Amino acid sequence: MAALTGLERVSGAARPAARPRRAWWRAAVFLPAALYFLVPLGTAFWYTVHSPATGVSLSAYGELLTADGFARSLSLSLGLALATIVLVLALALPAMLAVRLFAPRLRPVMEVLCTLPLVVPPITFVAGIGTALRGGTDLLAPTPFWATLIAAQDPAFPVVLVLAYVVLVLPFVYRSLDAGLRTMDVRTLVEAARNLGASWPYVLARVIVPNLRPALAGASFLTLALVLGEYTVAALLGYEPFAVWIVTVSGSKGQLSVAVSILSLLLIWLLLLAVSTVFGKSRGEKRK
Amino acid sequence: MTASVEFRALRRTYGRTVALDGLDLVVAPGELVALLGPSGCGKTTALRCVAGFERPDSGAVLVDGRDVTNVPANKRDAGMVFQSYSLFPNLDARDNVAFGLRVRKVPVAARRARADELLDLVGLPDHAGRYPHQLSGGQQQRVALARALALEPRVLLLDEPLSALDAKVRLALREEIRRLQLDLGITTVFVTHDQEEALSIADRVAVLRDGRLEQAGAPAEVYDRPATPFVAEFVGTMNHLAGRVSGDQVTVLGQLLPVDGPVPPDPSVDVLVRPEAVRVVPAGDGSAVVLAASFRGASVRLRIAVEGDEGGEVLADVPGHEAARLGPGARVTVRLVERPVLVAARTGPVPVPTADAV
Repeated sequence: MAALTGLERVSGAARPAARPRRAWWRAAVFLPAALYFLVPLGTAFWYTVHSPATGVSLSAYGELLTADGFARSLSLSLGLALATIVLVLALALPAMLAVRLFAPRLRPVMEVLCTLPLVVPPITFVAGIGTALRGGTDLLAPTPFWATLIAAQDPAFPVVLVLAYVVLVLPFVYRSLDAGLRTMDVRTLVEAARNLGASWPYVLARVIVPNLRPALAGASFLTLALVLGEYTVAALLGYEPFAVWIVTVSGSKGQLSVAVSILSLLLIWLLLLAVSTVFGKSRGEKRK
Repeated sequence: MTASVEFRALRRTYGRTVALDGLDLVVAPGELVALLGPSGCGKTTALRCVAGFERPDSGAVLVDGRDVTNVPANKRDAGMVFQSYSLFPNLDARDNVAFGLRVRKVPVAARRARADELLDLVGLPDHAGRYPHQLSGGQQQRVALARALALEPRVLLLDEPLSALDAKVRLALREEIRRLQLDLGITTVFVTHDQEEALSIADRVAVLRDGRLEQAGAPAEVYDRPATPFVAEFVGTMNHLAGRVSGDQVTVLGQLLPVDGPVPPDPSVDVLVRPEAVRVVPAGDGSAVVLAASFRGASVRLRIAVEGDEGGEVLADVPGHEAARLGPGARVTVRLVERPVLVAARTGPVPVPTADAV
């Protein structure tokens, strides 16, 4: 959701002519919305910097950087997010293209499959993964693959979480890419490129991806946001990425956990801003 | 550099629809052949078989005598211009034209020079830096043409490249395509459903119907001597007038005309006459009445009711300046130009071809 808002703002700014006429109307919507978001944020911030005993101090934020597990869990989450983005795009994009070009009748099937993770509750999902991991180890024990499942569950970088997240973000990635592919005549562009001697990987890298940049950015951003905030699957499988760490820490250090939350919010905002400026710039250049 | 293209017994079906049903056609080196036919006649499928986007179920496509049926699309030496705008939206005109050269790893300077040269050739020397969305439809198709020619292909494939453009641009670009094609001497297959376009641009016109070749010949030949009633109906407009054959002559509208081509066994025939071969003269005591007149600028098409046993409705084209005297209701006499006519066995009405896009 956050990513969509970020990208819309850019395209909205391209039409400033409509602004003065609707100014009052915009303010009427903007102010309550801003209050709705800013008041809880402001109070949360106040809670982190003020305590009746010591007055105002930023010590909670200073404590953060040295807190046990902060850097580890954050880098784990970012790593997981990156791996998930790479894997889900590498899976979804060629598959969607193939369905569009060679088997258009399978599109409804693919759409249902990709939307399924929204319908299945994460708890069910985790229960399934847990059972599979337990049973799978016994099953694979006599085969050369016996170490695979163990490696996939390495707490330093649990590949199993990446696999789970790929499934979880599939609906959002599918929607985003589908919208992007709708804006261009994929078949004609692919055929034109093939006609000019391009191999399939070349078509993908030089024709599809550049014209799909906003959709790819949207998909990546949704994935990033989801993975950074995901708690259920990671907690139930016993790993400690960022979201789980925040919950763990909040039990013992109230101020610290809220400070972390505010910081992670800021972090996401910054990433969003970076993404939307990068894509806003490239669009602006084209329009000129 | 230029090559012949041969379609050999091409067959392609989609489920129960037969798109190509044994198409045989040879395009000579340097020739421009227009594949003409109504939508669904298989003309685009035939072209896509040459480009490698479709695989025929049976039969073969030969380029320069070599069977290319199983060669992948990116290894064929055929430049294609598509019906819909197909420029890469993320590249400017120059980079679009240079795309194929970039695929072949031609150095930057060389491919830029070549792209500029080609843009110059298609009349867009000042548009190299423009993006597709900054170009008009006609300009986009020009760039697409330059892009298709950039690799100096042995065959140029044009899939209704003008059908998305408005009338004026269409005419100008069609002449330009022909000029370029003649200059470069490149073998060209041009798919169109517009018979006027096909007749005006091609060395030979190949009329397709239901995936088979009906007739292939020079434009004048196809127009004047259609091999089948379908061709007669699809290329231009044709009057079907009741006539009676006697020997090698036929009586039609009270006139005795020589018959051209084969004569059906039944003496009651349809005589095929072009509207421009009908002479209309205003006459107070004429046996015919103008029903309707549609003004077309240079000419006027009249719908005329001819009275009498052998009568019926006749379409006639007369010069535009005669329109004033030949309004609806005017009495006229109708005569046919004295020259050999085609006859066909009297059948029900031939299915009227539709002229919409594929």
